Amino acid sequence: MKVRSTQPMRRHNLVTGLLSVAVLALTACGGGASESAGTSSTPAAENLSEGGATTLTMWVDAERAPALEEITASFQEDTGIEVKLAVKDFAAVRDDFITQVPTGKGPDLIVGPHDWLGTFVQNGVVAPVELGDKAAEFQESAIQAMTYDGSVYGVPYALENIALLRNTDLVPEAATTFDEVIANGEAAVAAGNAEYPFLVGMDPKQGDPYHLYPLQTSMGVPVFGQNEDGSYNADELLLGEPNGVEFAKKLVEWGDEGSKIINSNITGDIAKEKFNAGESPYFLTGPWNVPDAQAAGLNVAVDKLPTVGEEDAQPFIGVNGFFISSKSANALAANEFAVNYLSTEEAQDAMYAVGGRPPALNASFDKASSDPIVAAFGEIGANGVPMPALPEMQAVWADWGATELALIKGSSDPEAAWTTMVSNIEEKIAGQ
Amino acid sequence: MSTLAPPDRSATLPRKKPSSHSDSTFGLLVKITLLGLVDAFAVYVMITLFFQEKWLILIFAAAVTLLINWIYLRKGGLPAKYLAPGIFFLVLFQVFVMLYSGYVAFTNYGDGHNSTKADAVSAIQLSAQQRVPDSPAYRVSILERDGELHLLATDPDGDTSVGATGSPLEATDEAVTDSTGRAVELEGYRTLGFAEILTNQADILAVTVPFSNDPEDGSLKTSDGSSAYVYRPSLSFDEATSTFTNLETGATYTDSGEGSFTSADGEQLSTGWKVNVGFDNFAKAFSDQNIRGPLVQVVLWTFTFAIVSVLSTFALGLFLANAFNLSDLRGKRTYRILMILPYAFPAFLAGLVWSGLLNPEFGFVNNTFFGGADIPWLTDPLLAKVSVLVVNLWLGFPYMFLVCTGALQSLPEEVNEAARMDGASAWRTFTAIKLPLLLVSVAPLLIASFAFNFNNFNVIYMLTDGGPRFDNTTANVGHTDILITMVYEIAFGTGVGRDYGLASALSIIIFIIVAVISAISFRQTKALEDIN
Repeated sequence: MKVRSTQPMRRHNLVTGLLSVAVLALTACGGGASESAGTSSTPAAENLSEGGATTLTMWVDAERAPALEEITASFQEDTGIEVKLAVKDFAAVRDDFITQVPTGKGPDLIVGPHDWLGTFVQNGVVAPVELGDKAAEFQESAIQAMTYDGSVYGVPYALENIALLRNTDLVPEAATTFDEVIANGEAAVAAGNAEYPFLVGMDPKQGDPYHLYPLQTSMGVPVFGQNEDGSYNADELLLGEPNGVEFAKKLVEWGDEGSKIINSNITGDIAKEKFNAGESPYFLTGPWNVPDAQAAGLNVAVDKLPTVGEEDAQPFIGVNGFFISSKSANALAANEFAVNYLSTEEAQDAMYAVGGRPPALNASFDKASSDPIVAAFGEIGANGVPMPALPEMQAVWADWGATELALIKGSSDPEAAWTTMVSNIEEKIAGQ
Repeated sequence: MSTLAPPDRSATLPRKKPSSHSDSTFGLLVKITLLGLVDAFAVYVMITLFFQEKWLILIFAAAVTLLINWIYLRKGGLPAKYLAPGIFFLVLFQVFVMLYSGYVAFTNYGDGHNSTKADAVSAIQLSAQQRVPDSPAYRVSILERDGELHLLATDPDGDTSVGATGSPLEATDEAVTDSTGRAVELEGYRTLGFAEILTNQADILAVTVPFSNDPEDGSLKTSDGSSAYVYRPSLSFDEATSTFTNLETGATYTDSGEGSFTSADGEQLSTGWKVNVGFDNFAKAFSDQNIRGPLVQVVLWTFTFAIVSVLSTFALGLFLANAFNLSDLRGKRTYRILMILPYAFPAFLAGLVWSGLLNPEFGFVNNTFFGGADIPWLTDPLLAKVSVLVVNLWLGFPYMFLVCTGALQSLPEEVNEAARMDGASAWRTFTAIKLPLLLVSVAPLLIASFAFNFNNFNVIYMLTDGGPRFDNTTANVGHTDILITMVYEIAFGTGVGRDYGLASALSIIIFIIVAVISAISFRQTKALEDIN
């Protein structure tokens, strides 16, 4: 439609005018976002003599933010440096950090688990931190986890690993081998006290190598070889150890076509629900499921991980920590905060109080160990190995999980499936 | 349709005229205010950009601001006043995104190739700094003399020494120490306060004090302004030849031309950078065994999934629309609301919920409808495909129901009556008259629905995640994967790191497929319009 006269259309000019405000706002977002990232463009804090006051930005998830508020406040009081806690969806932190750091818009610090590290280093987005003598004050495995290519990249604050939860009303005594666990569980089922001899959550699409790892390591089949300093060697895939096939056979034996000890239809949610309802004496899981089990009125004991073979049952340890961006405009302030404040007992205590995960700092861990559950998890974790942070690990998880799932379903020949998996993973790592 | 335009619009115009004068003064004021706000905001943005030295964006922002002022301040040019906002949105959200993914398709952008070469070099240099084993921790103060920064270091024994970049550490016993025994002042130098340290962060971090005249001993650096350690880099960078040399093994790493530093025996330094790779990503899509292997099966299933989904949802939607369009049906409104409910449910959530409902042992479906039978809905290749189609039917029919209800209600009642007068049966009326008329308006939506289902990521990803997996490929691709989920798996999923370049190339290829099919289909539907 054509309108010649402009007079009646004045009103519409308002609409277009408003729209153009929106447009400019958007274009501004495109260009102006860079200044929101907390570089040095904020006005000076009062107690700094010259301009150029400093603000640090830290990406943190909603769960951990409250724990950090106190320590950031005391840091600001001492130094005048404000730490802005930008609360972000945990799932987005890793990818956003990798894509935003190179543009200079990323944060100065982030909180995350150590297995992000390999990808971070590969992308050049984290800076090493020097803990100096403080390193000795942390649990050894925590420092080991934060070490990549010989450098320490993060200040650890918490460890987590799985253990075997036992409903003491159903099975009063702890067992040491997995066979005993199965026997106890089946006895409880036979007595009519329980419905499932043993529970572990399974992703029905991808399997769950993480939870089954202690059973595998106790048969002498770790995932990667370790160098002298404890770091992993991507060229040495130990999944192909001869015992790997034995473990594969065990999975079939325990699986859907066998004794149904490990049930591919039981997801993490279902397992938790059944355990909390008292329908099973055992639940292989992490500390995160303990509070709910206790709230459900169960008497829970934390048992050592049962062994299948001759070796120790070693769980994966996940270490949470603080990382500094390699392009932080305030690297010095960020180091000061991470190395000298977040590593203190006070900070680690606060993070424990909110998150409930065993602290990485020895002094804080000792305090937290007054809780027998934390102490038990910590003791089991002391025997564990850090989850590999190598970028190559991404190629391992999918094939590993899918093969284990197929074995548990009983749809694969154990020997063929396991060897094919090993050669596929080797091929993927080599083809990188 | 054009003949039905309401005639009262032009009639109202003259009546408004008398009030238009005051309207225009008010309008002018508002216009000036709004434009002023826009300009003020633009100036703020431009100042920020100026201080960040983003010249290109600054010029662009300035040009946009000038253009907006010119468009809205000049007399006439009404179409431009209408078009300007729309064009800005178009450029921002469509053109830019398309151009950018087109550009990315020709690069190796992805994990390990994330930024520029300069960034990669500095990242490698950063991580190559290794603390000399068993070297002591020094407590330092930052001093300044003649504009040059010095480190005043106190070692664990209490001995103090001073040095600067290029001048090795020298022991001194004239330093003034504080109560903790740390040297804080030295005559002839000025000690920097914490505020000053923060102001000069970059310079202080750059201070490397040689430990001695022998470079092998490493150098003292501080990362927090209060403690320092002796570092020795494991790699050194030669600016002139742009190569890294491993100081222990002597191996040199040169720019491979593919965005990484590579040694003669093929070893790569971990951090690389983004480079243009030409058509490599497109070639990879057709030559990489992991992609090519399952591709035929995936393409066939993608078409089956999209076509069956469109037809089944359309059939069910149309049937229900017809049923609820009967004039003598009671409670139509309630039924219609119930029918639309699945549409209101977020698709990705529905996928998750359904995957729980279809759990063979604990799922509602098996337990309630099949008497506890153990039917592997999502893990048997054929049943998984059926499940995906059924769940997508559940999710998709409300849309078709809505569309068909609308189209049916817009059909003129006369044709219906005429057919009835001629003695046609209900079925004949439907197939010969209603359906063809309906298709004229619905066909383009069916094509759109096909394009949507062709890329229906949510349902597949959340319900089966592509599984059960093919056993003849090393890629994490399965029987229910459609092209888009396969691309996601290959480019971002569980391979060795994400590959945005490959993902962009693959999505461009998918776009071409969908565009060609849609273009052909639209041409075909023109034939339908001849019925009118």
